[in-house]
Amino acid sequence: MEGLGKTFGAIRAVDDLSFSVRPGAVTGFLGPNGAGKTTTLRMLLGLTRPSAGRALVGDRPYAEHATPARVVGAAIESSGFHPGRTGLGHLEAYAPQAGVARARCRELIEFVGLAAAADRRVGGYSMGMRQRLALATALLGDPPAIVLDEPANGLDPEGIVWLRQLLRTFAGQGRTVLVSSHVLAEVQHTVDDVVIIARGRLVHASSLAELAGLAAPETYVESPAAQALADLSRERGWAARPDGAGLVLTGVPAAEAGAAAYAAGIELHQLASRGTGLEDVFLRLTADPR
Amino acid sequence: MRAALVAEYRKLMSTRMWWLLLLVLAGYLVFIGIVMAASFVFAPEDPDSGEVALHGIDAAKAIYGLTNAVGYVFPLVIGSLAITTEFRHQTITQTLLVEPRRGVMLGAKLLATVPVGLLYGVVGTVAVVGASAPLLAGWGDGAYLTDGSVLQVLALGIVVTALWAMIGAAFGSVVPNQVAAIVVILAFTQFVEPIARLALGAFDATDAIAKFLPGAAADGLIGSSLFAEIGGGAELLSRPVALAVLLAYAGALALAGRFTTLRRDVA
Repeated sequence: MEGLGKTFGAIRAVDDLSFSVRPGAVTGFLGPNGAGKTTTLRMLLGLTRPSAGRALVGDRPYAEHATPARVVGAAIESSGFHPGRTGLGHLEAYAPQAGVARARCRELIEFVGLAAAADRRVGGYSMGMRQRLALATALLGDPPAIVLDEPANGLDPEGIVWLRQLLRTFAGQGRTVLVSSHVLAEVQHTVDDVVIIARGRLVHASSLAELAGLAAPETYVESPAAQALADLSRERGWAARPDGAGLVLTGVPAAEAGAAAYAAGIELHQLASRGTGLEDVFLRLTADPR
Repeated sequence: MRAALVAEYRKLMSTRMWWLLLLVLAGYLVFIGIVMAASFVFAPEDPDSGEVALHGIDAAKAIYGLTNAVGYVFPLVIGSLAITTEFRHQTITQTLLVEPRRGVMLGAKLLATVPVGLLYGVVGTVAVVGASAPLLAGWGDGAYLTDGSVLQVLALGIVVTALWAMIGAAFGSVVPNQVAAIVVILAFTQFVEPIARLALGAFDATDAIAKFLPGAAADGLIGSSLFAEIGGGAELLSRPVALAVLLAYAGALALAGRFTTLRRDVA
């Protein structure tokens, strides 16, 4: 994306957005609802015309590829299904333009776990089954790049684990995978890179590890001498909040908290790293400044 | 383009709508065929007034042309559905993902309705002939099913049905809202055009316009008009001109759709 922008009337849905997505990795495209994620993806896929800038897939815009379904496989949130068409019928209707035969449709519908429902009409499909069918549609042309808009919506926990492994496999095969979500936690264990937008603007783009670097570590401590622990925390100027029987210290690594307690002669019954508060960083980055 | 055509054809045939409408079309034309044939065959002779006094080959042609004259709403509707269901169920997004060239997509839709329209034409013609020919042959002046000009009417009735399907698809691109499209098609075919043909045909000054209305042009292509025979009055266009007029309707509507509905962002 280069300086991508889209204006709806007076509203700047996407504003001067530039970022790139690399092959061989899963990139999370994150932002709160209404941040402009879907609009950006629609511009990337030639469904919506940008008011400014451009989006390229390889060397040219998506729509200028001869067989776009063989370049990018996409599942966009608002895309629908004809309720009277079977799952297999849906795939077969889109197969010719992806340049694949009917046999591939049957193969894909089994691959996404819908073999038993292949000849049932989509009207009777659950939300999770529709997500699987949308994914199968995206995969028709065996594309080197995959764009999925909120693919975990409506999937059951088992489906989410399956999707996670699938996306990792695609990245492992060297494909480019771009996945949008409004919940960081949903993709946290899947993505290598993150692109975060808010109010149509880019607020952060880096590897997940770098994003974690922005996050303060959290440590949980619990002591029978609760008062002494509270005093120590105050003395050291730690950001602490009570949590159950103990305290959660923000910005304090477990080693530092442990050493300080030891030096002060405070008995600890629990000293546990809570990891980093990635969700907090995400919320901070995307928070409305007003 | 070939891939787009196959895709659009599969979309049309992969839901139940095409054969449901086809069944209704067949049933409707059997009914109308019997009623019309009976009314011609058993109508009391009234040499003074001359009204509804179709005889011989004219009666046969007028009845065989019913596939077009009363059946044309069916191919129009199935054609319009090719576009409107895509918007109703938001499959248009996926359609444009695999074929971003919107003109190609629309062209493929128009052409993919042709085989469906031909099928409607064949079934409609078989229905109307099957229902009326025995009456005409048994009690009337004959079925005339071996007469060259009658066979022309039958063949062109099939062709014109395919054209109606194409016009329907083009119309759907202008009015992508499914309910609105069907309401407009019903209102126009059952109400607006018959009245316009009567009104325009009533005066010499406007009579020339009436024959260019789509239904009148279709009658012109077939070369028989029940409507004209029972008092519509207007003369018909010659066959080549009528064909050109019908194609022009499809082309003009498709162009309008391409630069309105299909120019917009797809939400």
